[in-house]
Amino acid sequence: MTVSFAQFRNIAIAVFMGLTIAGCGYNTIPTLEEQAKAKWGDVQNNYQRRADLIPNLVATVQGYAKQEREVLTAVIEARAKATQIKVDVSQLTDPEKVKQFQDAQNQLSGALGRLIAVSENYPDLKSNQNFLALQSQLEGTENRIAVARRDYIEAVRLYNTELRTFPGILWANTFFRGNKPMAEFTASANADKPPQVKF
Amino acid sequence: MTAGRTPSTVGGRGAYLAVTIVALLFAIATSFALNFPALSGRVVDQANIIQPATRSAIEEKLAELEAKSGIQIAVATVGSLEGQDIEPYANELFRNWKLGEKTKNNGVLLLIAPNERRVRIEVGYGLEGTLTDALSKVIIANAITPRFKAGDFSGGISRGVDDIITVLTTDSSEWEKRPSLRLDNQQTTDPASWLLLAAFIVLVSLLIASPTFRWLFLNTVLNILVSSGGSSGGGYSGGFSGGGGFSGGGGSSGGGGASGSW
Repeated sequence: MTVSFAQFRNIAIAVFMGLTIAGCGYNTIPTLEEQAKAKWGDVQNNYQRRADLIPNLVATVQGYAKQEREVLTAVIEARAKATQIKVDVSQLTDPEKVKQFQDAQNQLSGALGRLIAVSENYPDLKSNQNFLALQSQLEGTENRIAVARRDYIEAVRLYNTELRTFPGILWANTFFRGNKPMAEFTASANADKPPQVKF
Repeated sequence: MTAGRTPSTVGGRGAYLAVTIVALLFAIATSFALNFPALSGRVVDQANIIQPATRSAIEEKLAELEAKSGIQIAVATVGSLEGQDIEPYANELFRNWKLGEKTKNNGVLLLIAPNERRVRIEVGYGLEGTLTDALSKVIIANAITPRFKAGDFSGGISRGVDDIITVLTTDSSEWEKRPSLRLDNQQTTDPASWLLLAAFIVLVSLLIASPTFRWLFLNTVLNILVSSGGSSGGGYSGGFSGGGGFSGGGGSSGGGGASGSW
């Protein structure tokens, strides 16, 4: 069968448009999925970093404010609970798991906030160099957590959107039927505001 | 070129309209982003608080640092944080300007917002181990905010920059002679580029063969050029040391550093 030039041209245009619009679509879904998983790794690392700062913080505060037993214990317990809950990248499609993780971390944020607030009553503690260094580290870590969360939410948004919109949905329903949308962070009331460490 | 021939074969008018609309929408979408100042140099003094002599001195020091070690420090003063906290604003501005080399993320942004009375040092991923949060806080508390409180913006910024440079250059691992010409390290040999090459060949042969397609293509390109001419032109990656313009190297930041107020 001979294809006339006009027919060839039409086919070529269609293929060209198709390729550019679909952006060689087969790769898009796995790429976005991997990006979202990588961002989740960042989020967990930063939460872990915060958890690692806490023993030192508790020890420093205890040196000056031993009588604040309740607040200190609350922080230690919240930390233990938060470090126990880990979300593996394969569990990211389970909103329950992600919510559990987030709740545990929010509890720790609350306990930390109370500890900082209580520390305001101890001028010696406030001027302790070690405490000040820990404060800036804590601030920095909370900021990193906020940035990592934003990056993760954006990556998940891109991935979920790709699964649902054209042309991604074509690939999703054929080759990638096992791919489910990933869970996002549910915004709690104070989610975006890290515990304020201001003197 | 045959005059007066309508592109009926591809549903030409429909496609032409669609592409124009998409190009316009894209131009509109980009204009909803925050109004960041353009990266016009290493010191961007939008709030106009730095004296010219200090500014040149700082720019010289920063250029020298970049030539020696590849580290890109930028100083920015903004008239308004547009209702945002300084932390997310600084992070987004850093990423918009893409400070630091793409592979090393060795950029630093010193951001001052005099109307909100906030200052922040935003540190790129790669320098977080050297210019730590605690050190950033110390620099802000000792060198910058006391001078700001006394009204000496130029002095505070100058001293802050000096301290940052000291911290970064004391650690010898930051000292790496960078090549005089910065090459883009993007080597893509994956299938996507082959497909793109094939598509390009198809495109060129179509342009040669069909006057209709030529008309369609040229109109589309002109429309995209016209509508994107108005949107921001900041931050193309890759730049050269010494002389002429300063541009970000593709680096990013994860929120490291410290903030302060006065």
